[in-house]
Amino acid sequence: MARSLIKVSPNPRRGEVMEIKTLISHEMETGFRHTNTGTAIPRDIITTFVATYNGEEIFAAQLYPAIAANPFITFYTVARDSGVLEFRWTGDNGYAVSEQVKITVA
Amino acid sequence: MVESGRGKGRAGAQLPSTRREVMRFAGALSLGSLLPCLAVRPARATPVSVKAAIATVIGDAKLNSGRVKLEIPPLVENGNTVACSVAVESPMTETDYVKAIHIFNEKNPQPNVISVKLGPRAGRAVIATRIRLSDSQTVTAIAQMSDGSFWSTSVEVLITLGACLEDPL
Repeated sequence: MARSLIKVSPNPRRGEVMEIKTLISHEMETGFRHTNTGTAIPRDIITTFVATYNGEEIFAAQLYPAIAANPFITFYTVARDSGVLEFRWTGDNGYAVSEQVKITVA
Repeated sequence: MVESGRGKGRAGAQLPSTRREVMRFAGALSLGSLLPCLAVRPARATPVSVKAAIATVIGDAKLNSGRVKLEIPPLVENGNTVACSVAVESPMTETDYVKAIHIFNEKNPQPNVISVKLGPRAGRAVIATRIRLSDSQTVTAIAQMSDGSFWSTSVEVLITLGACLEDPL
């Protein structure tokens, strides 16, 4: 189904500011387009994206139709402890996908 | 003097009628050509709606300019994916950090683009994403600091091919 890609350094140093790149395949239908016959194509987008680090929220984004298809979001966080980074995307029509990445902090 | 003034007045009095006709004609023309577009295209975000959207975010607070860097290519070929990044000057400590970053545009159907919540754990107040832009326009980024102040910057972008203009399904 939904395919997501997370790019993050697997072995950051403690205290290092690490970059996290996330990409998920999603059409992000704006709801402003129409078919040839004039019927509106209903909106189908990812509305929220949340990243947690060992259960604590480190980043949250609210997305609008102006985000391009296959939402790509880059952000930063400070590496504290080894653990799990979890990413959750939720959206229209009950869309919910989550992805986990394990990191080991040296 | 008086006579010439009158003459002018008369000429002026005649003008509106022709001007009115011209305007009516032009109006009818543009309405006729606009209607099909109006039927398919929803209303666009205008500078007014952008202001309203910004007001819901910042409330009564003062919007300062500076401290925010919005990077968008000035000339974009395809508005369907425009890489853009926002960097905010901030030490990102427990007491002084960026709370939120918002991006607004003025000509897409909706003024909001993305709203991001950050915290001191971010380490660096930088985000990057890809956005859609329907037309050449001004894009605004606003950062909310932990002390409650708001900072913003605007960038003008020239779009050759706007988003949403591709052939519908």
